[in-house]
Amino acid sequence: MDAWLRPTSLADALAALAAAPRVILAGGTDLYPSHGTSSLPGSILDISALPGLRRIETHADHWRIPCLATWSDVIGAELPASFDGLRAAARQIGGVQVQNAATVIGNVCNASPAADGIPNLLALDATVELASLAGTRHLALADFVLGNRRTARRPDELAVALRIPRPAGPARGVFEKLGARRYLVISITMVAAVAEYDAAGRVRRARIAVGACGPRAVRLPGLEAALEGRQPEADLVTPHLAPLAPIDDVRASAEYRLRATAELLRRALDALGTPRARAA
Amino acid sequence: MTAIGFVLNGREVVATAPPRRRLAAVLRDEFGLTGTKIGCDAGDCGACTVLLDGAPVCACLTALGQVEGRAVATVEGLAASALAPLQRAFLRHGAAQCGICTPGMLMAAMALLARTPQPDEAAIADALGGVLCRCTGYRAIIAAVADAAATLPEEPPSGAAVGARVARRDGVEKVTGRERFGADALPAGPFLTLRAIRSPYPHARFTIGDLAPLFAAHPALVRVLTAADVPGSLCYGIYATGKDQPVLAEGQVRHRGEPVCALVGPAEALAAIAEAEVPITWDILPPVGFDDATATQPLHAHAPENILCRGRVRAGDPDAAPPAGAVRAGIAIETSFVEHAYIEPEAGYARRVGDRIEIVACTQTPYMDRDAIAGILGITPEQVRIVPTAVGGGFGGKLDLSVQPLIAVAAWLTGRPVRMVYSRSESMASTTKRHPARIRAEAVAGADGRLFSVRFHGDFNTGAYASWGPTVANRVPVHAAGPYAVPNVLCTSAAIHTTDPPAGAFRGFGVPQAAIAHEALMDALADRLGLDALEFRLRNALRPGSRTPTGQVLGADAALGACLEALRPRWRAWRDEAAAFNAARHRPVLRGVGIGCMWYGIGNTSLSNPSAMAIGLARTGRIVLFSGAVDIGQGSNTVLAQIAADALGAPLGQIDLVTGDTDRTRDAGKTSASRQTFVSGNAALRAALALRAEILRRANAGPAARIAFLPGALQVSDGGRTSTLALESLPADAEGMVLRGEGYFDPPTTPLDQDGQGIPYASFAFAAQIAEVAVDTALGTVTVRRIAAAHEVGRAINPTLVEGQIHGGIAQGLGLALMEEYVPGRTENLHDYLIPTIGDVPPIEVMLIEEADALGPFGAKGVGEPALVATAPAILNAIAAATGARITRVPATPERVLAAILAARDEGRA
Repeated sequence: MDAWLRPTSLADALAALAAAPRVILAGGTDLYPSHGTSSLPGSILDISALPGLRRIETHADHWRIPCLATWSDVIGAELPASFDGLRAAARQIGGVQVQNAATVIGNVCNASPAADGIPNLLALDATVELASLAGTRHLALADFVLGNRRTARRPDELAVALRIPRPAGPARGVFEKLGARRYLVISITMVAAVAEYDAAGRVRRARIAVGACGPRAVRLPGLEAALEGRQPEADLVTPHLAPLAPIDDVRASAEYRLRATAELLRRALDALGTPRARAA
Repeated sequence: MTAIGFVLNGREVVATAPPRRRLAAVLRDEFGLTGTKIGCDAGDCGACTVLLDGAPVCACLTALGQVEGRAVATVEGLAASALAPLQRAFLRHGAAQCGICTPGMLMAAMALLARTPQPDEAAIADALGGVLCRCTGYRAIIAAVADAAATLPEEPPSGAAVGARVARRDGVEKVTGRERFGADALPAGPFLTLRAIRSPYPHARFTIGDLAPLFAAHPALVRVLTAADVPGSLCYGIYATGKDQPVLAEGQVRHRGEPVCALVGPAEALAAIAEAEVPITWDILPPVGFDDATATQPLHAHAPENILCRGRVRAGDPDAAPPAGAVRAGIAIETSFVEHAYIEPEAGYARRVGDRIEIVACTQTPYMDRDAIAGILGITPEQVRIVPTAVGGGFGGKLDLSVQPLIAVAAWLTGRPVRMVYSRSESMASTTKRHPARIRAEAVAGADGRLFSVRFHGDFNTGAYASWGPTVANRVPVHAAGPYAVPNVLCTSAAIHTTDPPAGAFRGFGVPQAAIAHEALMDALADRLGLDALEFRLRNALRPGSRTPTGQVLGADAALGACLEALRPRWRAWRDEAAAFNAARHRPVLRGVGIGCMWYGIGNTSLSNPSAMAIGLARTGRIVLFSGAVDIGQGSNTVLAQIAADALGAPLGQIDLVTGDTDRTRDAGKTSASRQTFVSGNAALRAALALRAEILRRANAGPAARIAFLPGALQVSDGGRTSTLALESLPADAEGMVLRGEGYFDPPTTPLDQDGQGIPYASFAFAAQIAEVAVDTALGTVTVRRIAAAHEVGRAINPTLVEGQIHGGIAQGLGLALMEEYVPGRTENLHDYLIPTIGDVPPIEVMLIEEADALGPFGAKGVGEPALVATAPAILNAIAAATGARITRVPATPERVLAAILAARDEGRA
């Protein structure tokens, strides 16, 4: 019988990972479906009993989303308008059943190209806090997610939290998801954006990320730069789509994805350009 | 094994099972709480929703180890003594049809109501968005959750059951989780499990190697079945001429998912066997696709050019020159495989009892199963007993055999009970689908606005095996000109074999695909004539006295006109509102309203399809309806009881049901072709009338007498005279009945000649639906905003059930139109294959037109398939009305809609 560990301290969890590679189980919403109808194979490290890693923390210069915080926790947390996009994603990831079980970090560690959380977390400039017996390191999310189902987590490491820096001024996030039905739908494409505004309502800084248009979600630095110091305007979008590399699959062709993504980007910028957004 | 303690429905319990085991499996297997259903094992359907510390989660994604010390609530905990208010509301509103999603819906809704006692529709949809339902169209569920203070409907008095909105007879079982579906029924005592090994290739030859190493590595493995083990006929099929589908493939597979061998043993032993351990050598052959099938080597000797069969209806002179001023429209339509996606995967068990075999499984057609299994085992039909479980959705997909042949052979040969439960992916890969169609059609109308001719040809991809392909090929040409009077018609069809999954029966048998074509033509002709699309249809509607393309003259119940007239006010108002919206320039969103009409023949096409029913009076004074009609959620258990009650003159509550068991009931035929209300309803009516006549004869009373059913006695009152019939002294038969009535009905039809002339159906249903859509013209997404549906149903025996059928059919029609596309090997799950969720089905207004059918029981017709047919045409016509873009390939995915919009812009149509 393969091992099943359910440690009640982080130290025990890290010791277990240091001893042998193990499959990490949190909410189980990605892990179980990847094994058909059978039970989970292999050595499992169930982290769901680790204490103190559920509540989303507010600090002076950042927020911390620990590894047991679920999408429902995101929906219920008091978070500012910069999290509007992440909150919108939280409401669209699976049904309530999945939102109650699935962790935010699990979405990141599963590293699906169509993960709804990742573009939003890229737009929030999230870093991943990785703990091991060797110490703690912080990786920018873009350096953590390496590709389709690939991350930079070492086998002895546990992704214990996401850190999201507090923006300098008012900020707002948006999430535009395109799917072929209302609930329970894998995105055909998606756009997440967070803009920070100056006192005049111009964009001081923007981060814009696209998911489901390549092996991993990517930011659009050209478009972000083009927005700086300006009012967000939809017609800035077109020249800045080069980082996208969508594929054809059952949901849509690459060509359609590109076209729809450009439209979602325009809508995201429109939303960030409204007076309400700038007053965030 | 670890002992894991938690609180289950308020009681402390300990589970002794591996902590990694899925909670859903533990609840069902360790605690016997089978109210928690497993629909997908992937979090895609929500049927297994339970509350964990009050919050809904999917029990299939929850590790047993994670519930230690926590509180789990299942559906069984809702009604400790009496039904919870929400359960009553589900019964009142008809929110449970087949009932397989009901526990998940109830648990998700309970969590919502605990937080928000009076939720609005948006909150309900958000709370229930994670649970899929394939039967109800969700609207009744929304109504029930919004009406949690509901009371149960009152039982009607004697003689008033027909037309009453009584709660379904089997409803309490469905809302309490007590209903036993295919995977819930277990043999008494130990049993073996069967696991099929299936082809990963659409077309291949194969050999099975030496099995000795497999048995050596897995000593608990009992048996590996191959084609050579089938004792009787290897192949089965629906039609005598189409028995081409092997129980286990014999050297060649013709579709992905075809079973090649079957492992039989204890479940744990089977789970430990890796697929690669089964020694199969594959020689991959080129697949045979829909594009080139007729030019490819035939897959079956009986189908040269891979054409299984053709259908044809010819009337008048289809080549006649059109009159001066006539207008013409043409269309080419392509549709996709559509998966039934019932939330209950196929399941059941078989056991050998002496020289008989018993099969307890979900099915729509117990007697066809009985005869087919007899052939496969090489025994007589009397040696086969089929005991249908509750069916968690069928829609035609459970008309074909699934688990039954394999478990029958295994139980027969091993002598031990054998059980099989399909996984979701196995169900989707191996079972039948709706036929993909490629249709070309043309219609001509005169300057007077009257249809002159219709020509139609549809090729239907019937997949690897015949299944119900001939039914589609025969039914489509009869209906393909639409519900209109057309003097000159040539409608043809062909069913074509490919190495795709077998296409079989699916709600409408090809007519929904054909309706997309004829309704596009009607819009185009109306447009060319400058006529309103509804008024043009009304002018051409089949009406009493009309002659159909097969030469049948319709009776007084041909009431499409009444449907259209009922819709007219909505049609005008909605179009005005859409026009005003568009004029206000809410770009990129445009709205449009579309209309679709349909007709549908009830029962088999020109084939005998009788039903026999028996009804008995027990010594207790209770009445027992012995019904072989399988209720797959549509409500036949309830409707047949309502009919029998009024025919007999008994209170509905006096009637008990014995259903489905082939040892105890007569053959009521299959639950298919919208026939149970019409055909079995007539049989139940006649049985009840026969029993009444017998009672009245014994009481020497006249036909108007009233019967009071008392414990152990009947009181018959005729005029001023009352006589009492004591039942205790009467001899009882083997079923405990002291009096019986038998009823039989076979709808009168005639064969179709080579031009398709004849009387294919004894009754036709008619309907028209309108849909309003909003199209995002920059993304191609379509939102259906509202639907109005006018259905001519003869007589609504139970309006709640009729509306439920219409809602559910509309949801499936919406799916067909907008999102459902099965791609073999790529969409074998419920997250890549999309069916509508609670947020996709708009408010539906149902208008029931009751124009009594001359033959129907109390005037009733069928409604199951008619519910679906008009929806996709209405939605597609609405998209065209909004955007000018005609969708010719369904589903109308965002990509296809956007492409059509861009093409229309290029052509200056929009």
